[in-house]
Amino acid sequence: MTKTIITVVGKDTVGIIAKVCTYLANNKINILDISQTIVSGYFNMMMIVDMNQTDKPFNDCAKELEQVGEEIGVKITCQHEDIFEMMHRV
Amino acid sequence: MISTFEVNETNKMIEQENLDVRTITLGISLIDCIDSDLKKLNENVYNKITRVAKDLVPVGREIERKYGIPIVNKRISVTPIAIIGSSACNSPSDYVTLAGTLDRAAADVGVNFVGGYSALVSKGMTEKDVMLMKSIPEALSSTERVMSSVNVGSTKTGINMDAVRLMGDVIKQTAEATKDSDSIGCTKLVVLCNAPDDNPFMAGAFHGVTEADAVINVGVSGPGVVKKALEEVRGRDFEELCEMIKRTAFKITRVGQLVAKEASKALNIPFGIIDLSLAPTPAVGDSVAEILQEIGLEYAGAPGTTAALALLNDSVKKGGVMASSYVGGLSGAFIPVSEDQGMIDSVRAEALTLEKLEAMTCVCSVGLDMIAVPGDTPNTTLSGIIADEMAIGMINQKTTAVRIIPVIGKKVGDEAEFGGLLGYAPIMPVNKYACDAFVNRGGRIPAPIHSFKN
Repeated sequence: MTKTIITVVGKDTVGIIAKVCTYLANNKINILDISQTIVSGYFNMMMIVDMNQTDKPFNDCAKELEQVGEEIGVKITCQHEDIFEMMHRV
Repeated sequence: MISTFEVNETNKMIEQENLDVRTITLGISLIDCIDSDLKKLNENVYNKITRVAKDLVPVGREIERKYGIPIVNKRISVTPIAIIGSSACNSPSDYVTLAGTLDRAAADVGVNFVGGYSALVSKGMTEKDVMLMKSIPEALSSTERVMSSVNVGSTKTGINMDAVRLMGDVIKQTAEATKDSDSIGCTKLVVLCNAPDDNPFMAGAFHGVTEADAVINVGVSGPGVVKKALEEVRGRDFEELCEMIKRTAFKITRVGQLVAKEASKALNIPFGIIDLSLAPTPAVGDSVAEILQEIGLEYAGAPGTTAALALLNDSVKKGGVMASSYVGGLSGAFIPVSEDQGMIDSVRAEALTLEKLEAMTCVCSVGLDMIAVPGDTPNTTLSGIIADEMAIGMINQKTTAVRIIPVIGKKVGDEAEFGGLLGYAPIMPVNKYACDAFVNRGGRIPAPIHSFKN
């Protein structure tokens, strides 16, 4: 299973998780893990998701999630898990 | 499972500390394009490059998206053109047509530079090598994306002083030919000793004759990341300093390895090497000089600079080597002047001189790089500077290079503006004493005693 890491960073507001999760549900993207904190008013969330069920190409999902982020004023990044595995695991 | 801390660390490197993959360079052999008919040769070259490299830029973009890491440049290197054109070209202007073809092919596949307008003359020059070298001023002034290099020496062969002498003239003529834009032609011309075949970094990139038909080489970068990491070990001893550089270099290089593997798979072209280099850009926070300052120097060029650079270079290699399955190219810290804001500041503060830079090149990855000097510097003085740098490479069994820009119409105190990744540079003073009689002797300097290892 190839996993994707979604990070959401920005000023905290109502409904960030709801918006992101709605997008994921609509696109058949399964959430495997979520961790979220707020540091001095800044929202910081990391999700590990499984995108194997979705019909959309990775690039489209990444772009659309970026747009979702723009609508609610946060930065959403969508990256393949390998970059983190490579960098932090020997 | 990946932790939030690790994800944040990686993304901070990318977003705030300018971590990027500096270049994916696709090496393409043009040997099968050789023809005695110049028109046919040009056609073959254009067709081969545009065929092999057609997916390079789109694939690069896709990888950027997938991993969220910028890949700043997509580039091409080709077999040295002096060889490719040797049976079809009968004058320097014949060679210039090939430069035009390379330029057109590069533009059509969307890469920003194509390297390999080159001659390898470390022991002797053929008639055609000389033609190519003489065509460089016109080739570089009439094209935009073509990069040129000439290898004039090696530890195994010694230094071809006839070629060194000629390159002094060629550099000056190139400066004259592009004098309307601060002699920018010279930023695309490098003279090398011990040039590697698999260097992905311009201007010295070419596809060696020992290489396969096509190969993917990747150059990683990230001076900003190293600088930031070193802030954590301020005031600690050298052991901790070097460990921190190694750990950071490992992480940076792993990203390069990932990108190289992906690109190789997507393009169905074998993976060659990763070049583990700290390559600065004019952007603030992307500077090798700032790392030297973080190590403890007021300015790059202060006493201790050579030692600091030596440990930096060595630690980068030690950290990076385990992160990649194949390491090659130049690997180490680049110390160009115009492309590094910290270096520019050091020159302005008169902390950094040409002589100190020369000393630094004994321990860095390449050599005297992107240095602007007065436009009235004599040709023989340029040759003398090249000869000194080549000697450092020959004796120390390392790659050295000279990319020097005599900026026509400018003198010490002025600045040359090249724009973009090439940056800008204060004009540096050059030793005013002559070396004509030395340079004009002709012939070659024999290979050093320690080259006989058989």
